[in-house]
Amino acid sequence: MVNVIWIGLILIAILYSFFTGNIEGINSGILSHASSGVNLLLEMMPLIILWTGIMKIAEASGLLATFAKILNPLLSKLFPSLPKNHKALGYIASNIGANMLGLGSAATPFGLKAMDELQKDNPKKKEATEAMITFLVLNTGGVTLIPTTVIALRLMHGSANPTEIIITSILATSVSSISGLVLDYIIRRRNRK
Amino acid sequence: MNLISKIIIPLFVLLIIINGVRKKINVYDAFLEGAKEGLIMVFHIAPTVIAMVFAVNIFLDSQFIEGILGFLKPFFDFIHVSIDILPMALLRPISGTASLAIMNDIFVNFGPDSFIGRLASTLQGCTDTTIYVLALYFGSIKVVKTKYALPVGLFADLMGILAAFIITFIFFG
Repeated sequence: MVNVIWIGLILIAILYSFFTGNIEGINSGILSHASSGVNLLLEMMPLIILWTGIMKIAEASGLLATFAKILNPLLSKLFPSLPKNHKALGYIASNIGANMLGLGSAATPFGLKAMDELQKDNPKKKEATEAMITFLVLNTGGVTLIPTTVIALRLMHGSANPTEIIITSILATSVSSISGLVLDYIIRRRNRK
Repeated sequence: MNLISKIIIPLFVLLIIINGVRKKINVYDAFLEGAKEGLIMVFHIAPTVIAMVFAVNIFLDSQFIEGILGFLKPFFDFIHVSIDILPMALLRPISGTASLAIMNDIFVNFGPDSFIGRLASTLQGCTDTTIYVLALYFGSIKVVKTKYALPVGLFADLMGILAAFIITFIFFG
């Protein structure tokens, strides 16, 4: 599926540039945007290394299992295919927590680590499991409680009430996440029959 | 509010270290072991990140989104929403930085307290960059068959965008 998107984005970009005569732009874009990816990677690298290091301490000392236990009532409903003490659950709990608080930079390493743990007992390594898809839907829905970046930008542009959009954001996020999870649930149940 | 968001990370790190000391594990060794895993993780996600950022950026450069907006303009004039919000809604699942930049433009042009400014704020907060997250998470563990993950993720985005429009109308309309 990612394959199709990737091909689609590139084909559209090149063909549409030919169509509009923007050949100069697409030429320099192709040559320069490989470095944009490397730059993003270099920005992410220190945070990933830092957080996987810190979280390893939490994992070794049993703290991660405690997080998972606190969120267990929720997690066991969302991930019925995972046993209660699955290692991924602690990282999933931390990822959800970080997302809710708007700590996106910490959420990504937790999420990657959770996927890593889920992959360890995946019988078909090239195929996504049910738990992986549910986790992804939960993540892309974006369960942000406090959209810190948006509030900071509103403040910068002189909003009279920068935080007034918290409530509308939470409501819209909830609609997004819940509809994603419901569709995911329906598909899982249908596949089982 | 500001203080709370700034103190969360230091407190969290403190809690983890203190708990590690109390449980008598070798905290430093554990960090090194985790950091090594992190380094390998960066190595694994590198091709995905470079591939996706490349494709998304040349797509943005081609101005294709701006091109198709011409077709949708009459409909948006009809429901009295400025067309400026549309690129943001369309780009939100593909690129977080692009939609953030558009939100910033909207704040500059219309102000953060205008209807479209509030709508943009809600939109930015309500979903994440689905396509990027999907490519990153599955790419990092080399899963190729993503099954129904993308349709479900995009469905959630669509519902979020629709909800953002409706809720902003109800609250500030």
